[in-house]
Amino acid sequence: MATAWLGLRFNHRQNLPGYNVTILTAKGMHIKMGEKPIIELKNIAVSFDGESVLKDFNLSIRGGEFVTLLGPSGCGKTTTLRIVGGFVKPDSGDVFFNGKKINDLPPHKREVNTIFQKYALFPHLNVYENVAFGMRVHGKSEKEIKQTVHDLLNMVNLNGFARRNVNLLSGGQQQRVAIARALANHPKVLLLDEPLGALDLKLRKDMQVELKKIQQQTGITFIFVTHDQEEALSMSDTVVVMDKGEIQQIGTPQDIYNEPKNAFVADFIGESNILDGVMHEDYLVEFAGQKFKCVDKGFSPKEPVDVVIRPEDIDVVEPEQSLLSGMVTSVTFKGVHYEIIVDVKGFKWMIQSTDYQEEGKKIGLVLQPDDIHIMKKSEYSGMFGDYSTFSDEMDEDIQASEQREAEEEDEV
Amino acid sequence: MKSKTASVPYGIWVSIFIVVPMILVVIFAFTDKSGNFTLSNIAAVGQYSNVFLRSIWLGAIATAISLLVGYPLAYIISRSGMRAQSVLIMLVMLPMWMNFLLRTYAWMTLLEDNGIINTVIASLGFPKFHMINTAGAVVLGMVYNYIPYMILPLYSVLAKMDHSVIEAAQDLGANQGRVFRKVILPLSMPGVISGITMVFVPAVSTFIISKMLGGGANLLIGDLIDMQFLGSAYNPNLGSAISLVLMVLILICMGIMNQFDDGEERGGGLMI
Repeated sequence: MATAWLGLRFNHRQNLPGYNVTILTAKGMHIKMGEKPIIELKNIAVSFDGESVLKDFNLSIRGGEFVTLLGPSGCGKTTTLRIVGGFVKPDSGDVFFNGKKINDLPPHKREVNTIFQKYALFPHLNVYENVAFGMRVHGKSEKEIKQTVHDLLNMVNLNGFARRNVNLLSGGQQQRVAIARALANHPKVLLLDEPLGALDLKLRKDMQVELKKIQQQTGITFIFVTHDQEEALSMSDTVVVMDKGEIQQIGTPQDIYNEPKNAFVADFIGESNILDGVMHEDYLVEFAGQKFKCVDKGFSPKEPVDVVIRPEDIDVVEPEQSLLSGMVTSVTFKGVHYEIIVDVKGFKWMIQSTDYQEEGKKIGLVLQPDDIHIMKKSEYSGMFGDYSTFSDEMDEDIQASEQREAEEEDEV
Repeated sequence: MKSKTASVPYGIWVSIFIVVPMILVVIFAFTDKSGNFTLSNIAAVGQYSNVFLRSIWLGAIATAISLLVGYPLAYIISRSGMRAQSVLIMLVMLPMWMNFLLRTYAWMTLLEDNGIINTVIASLGFPKFHMINTAGAVVLGMVYNYIPYMILPLYSVLAKMDHSVIEAAQDLGANQGRVFRKVILPLSMPGVISGITMVFVPAVSTFIISKMLGGGANLLIGDLIDMQFLGSAYNPNLGSAISLVLMVLILICMGIMNQFDDGEERGGGLMI
């Protein structure tokens, strides 16, 4: 059994009737995904109380894929999920399931199941009855129900919890009951609405691994909603980055991290130094008052661009050895590395380095051509400044506060 | 220490207005007019068993009607918009702000043989209806007066119910009927039980409603007790004995009721 050499803790998939067992290749983690889309959203638009939540939204998800909808709160990711689940009716546009239009199909007739944000377990039923709920609704025999519930509880490591009161379980246990309950109906697609949001960090990581394994074992298409970029990168086959009801970028986790399409994606996924630049010619970009060799091409001559440099890609040297030099303004120990903020001609760069640098020291910054990523200008250009602050909210508050101070001085 | 001192006024309040009167009722029930111990009062209650039965029967019917009418109403209110909810709840409570006697008196003028309803019916050419002084009129009065006490606890449970649990049931394949039977109804049981309690107890022991709408033929326990204390048949000892038996009967009824709840802590309902 493939499960044996992968050392999976859930080695019970042979007991799960009705699941397509996915073939794990020798590389271990590659999954054969269906060619045809299982879920298609076409030209979806939704607004609540006159406020637009999704605008002309198009998304196609293949069978067996682990897709993550990633974005800040209010970006429309949960609404997208609820449209697939049938809980929100789009104002316009169509939803297709296996090529069939399901716009008007109520939630209880859709072959998708949901793991809700706060689990939404039935408080009046015990663990067994919670998991059995879907099968009872579908009129399965008691014998089949008993077998499936047993197998599912085994799968989520809740053996012996069948008669427990769900209200007395820990968050992680409730979470796993919710997973078992959602899988009991053998859904074609599983919708997960920030399912790990309420768990602490360690448990989160365990559950990430468990969910990923379950997805690989069962071959069910997962649509996972989160605002946690690290979670998205570590679990997904495909990441859909969303903001303001629109898709900003779709791609593999590597694509999204290494080749962000615009300043929003670069800022939202990981840490980024985003600078204004000009593309002089192919492979030559100017920013921070200097010209750099890079690996990007295909821009028009003198085209203004956004330049992204990841903090971990910057090498620190003596100031005279580099074109870019500046003063260290703050150093924070992060465990794996130091987070160093350097002021280079007024722009605050973030550098992640395992070497300590003293505050106030002058250092030089060295960039290799493939450390520099060039993006076309977008509506997000200029919104994400340097590392004077980490968040926009703090930025805005500081600005507003400075403004108020100025006004008060004027009055005096 | 502090909490103990703070509870002293409540302790005094409870003893003066609840414990002492209860003890007095018990003493009266077991003594005769000259203050000697006797069981004859309790024994005498037996002759009124038909009144007891009628009270419990009419009270039960009124409770059942209140539940059947009140549940859907509470459900509709709990699913309305925020503003509509507060308006509807106020409409439910509005009659309670009027004097109880006045409300019931108003029903007399409506139900009388020459009352407003019969006048309307007669003017439409139909034969008049005899409504006043019937058991039906008593039940109507009970439902009218006590239904807010059914609606409010039901509403509070239904409004607080986590909507995602309902969505989870739909998600797992349950249609509307099943969602109601398997999720909404069981989760609203604390509200159902406190609603039943809050309607049944006052309905069984009422006396004004039966007096005004039921005439002489629909004597209830409340009227019986009223007669022993304030009426012609002045006999506080017998009245106390009847009260005591009524109290025990209600406690038994409530005990049976609570068996339907499996005793698990679910929160939400006001329990009496």
